[in-house]
Amino acid sequence: MNVFKNYFKSLFLLELFRGLSVTGRYLFRKKFTIMYPEEKAPVSPRFRGLHALRRYPNGEERCIACKLCEATCPALAITIEAEPREDGSRRTTRYDIDLFKCIYCGYCQEACPVDAIVETRIYEYHFENRGENIMTKEKLLAVGDKCEAQLAADIEAQAKVR
Amino acid sequence: MEFLISLWEALPYELQYLIWTMIKIVAIVLPMMLLVAYYTYAERKIIGYMQVRVGPNRVGPKGWLQPIADALKLMFKEIIIPANANKLLFLMAPAITLAPALAAWAVFPFDEKLVFADINAGLLYILALTSVGVYGVIIGGWASNSKYAFLGTMRSAAQIVAYEIAMGFALVGVLVAAGSLNLGEIIRAQEGGIFSWFWLPLLPLFAVYVISGVAETNRAPFDVAEGESEIVAGFHVEYSGMAFAVYFLAEYANMILISALTAVMFFGGWLSPFQGWPVLGPLFDWVPGFFWLVIKTGFFMFLFLWLRATFPRYRYDQIMRLGWKVFIPITIVWIAVVGLAVVYQVPWWFD
Repeated sequence: MNVFKNYFKSLFLLELFRGLSVTGRYLFRKKFTIMYPEEKAPVSPRFRGLHALRRYPNGEERCIACKLCEATCPALAITIEAEPREDGSRRTTRYDIDLFKCIYCGYCQEACPVDAIVETRIYEYHFENRGENIMTKEKLLAVGDKCEAQLAADIEAQAKVR
Repeated sequence: MEFLISLWEALPYELQYLIWTMIKIVAIVLPMMLLVAYYTYAERKIIGYMQVRVGPNRVGPKGWLQPIADALKLMFKEIIIPANANKLLFLMAPAITLAPALAAWAVFPFDEKLVFADINAGLLYILALTSVGVYGVIIGGWASNSKYAFLGTMRSAAQIVAYEIAMGFALVGVLVAAGSLNLGEIIRAQEGGIFSWFWLPLLPLFAVYVISGVAETNRAPFDVAEGESEIVAGFHVEYSGMAFAVYFLAEYANMILISALTAVMFFGGWLSPFQGWPVLGPLFDWVPGFFWLVIKTGFFMFLFLWLRATFPRYRYDQIMRLGWKVFIPITIVWIAVVGLAVVYQVPWWFD
């Protein structure tokens, strides 16, 4: 009896028709596609994009050259050199992130005791010349200055879970 | 204008005939090429929609210029001829595949009177021509001087030949039922509304024909010869640029041809589905037959894409099993049934 049933099923292509009805229904479904340059997908406050160095509201840079980020970086993308500044406070003289090495894991942000190095929501960037992949301290601070409002809000949003 | 007319009349009859024939050929082939181009666009759009995405929509409004852009890109690409390849055969093979797919339209009845060559052996001509297409595949793979291309050739050629037989047998059934090899006569034998068409009495043959058609054109789910997700390409691995594009055109031209032939053989070609019905029949009398033909062909063209979006690829031995051990027996049995029905003039279709 079962053999008979199987013959019936395969001869009349029943399962194939069911498959066709599925794709036929999906033809009229609403499409998920996001029209990228015009539309963008929502970005989480935890998004790990391009790096930035932040400043305190009085304009003083946050980084105190503790080198925890450099130590924790699994890709060895961060290079820091530090010296006492004229006023005696310890500051970096060099803070480079090689974006070709960086794997955007966010450990530097996790490690930072003063929330200085952070990853922004910026994900659209490119390099046109060799060497541009190295984010120097100036560039990082510039990014930080540009998105400070967003960064402060994102860190605030995550404060209760971190 | 009058000068042109007099010039035309001054030409010898043979030349007039030749020019007129050429014009008719162009009138068939040109729209066909355009249709092929937009069929590729339709394929990407429809499969995209079935996968809940939108498909190409960047080139021109809604992506309408996409096929033009593709064609331009392929035209400007280099045709790389592999080392030690047989150059002549290598370049001829795509043309050999494309030519029969276009030449088969010669006997195709687009409407009651609209046939390029109304010959009596039309069906035989089409069967012969579609078989020639295999040579393009075999020659292309052989001339590439590449063992992988040749392996792909063997796979596709075996598949095409296997399904050729089932397809031929399915058409024999049509031939028995219609009692003519002339495509126009085959359509006229189906007169009398949707239930008089051959798809009903020849239902198994119709299914076999459509499925064999998909296998014959090496389309998903029978596209092991190409298998884009596993072996990149079969017989045309070594082809690039326009030579590759011609193979591509041939594949789509064949799909259109098979769709159109299905419409003619099993769905009454240019006939209205309401023909001879009490109220609906006269209501749709004004619709030109060509319109019905386009609708029917369009449905089967859509079916090709639908199948591709739905089914996973068959295993090679299963393809061969289906062709030789399932389809051929079914067709032979049903030919016998149809033969008996015709002999004893079973009512409704064969009386």
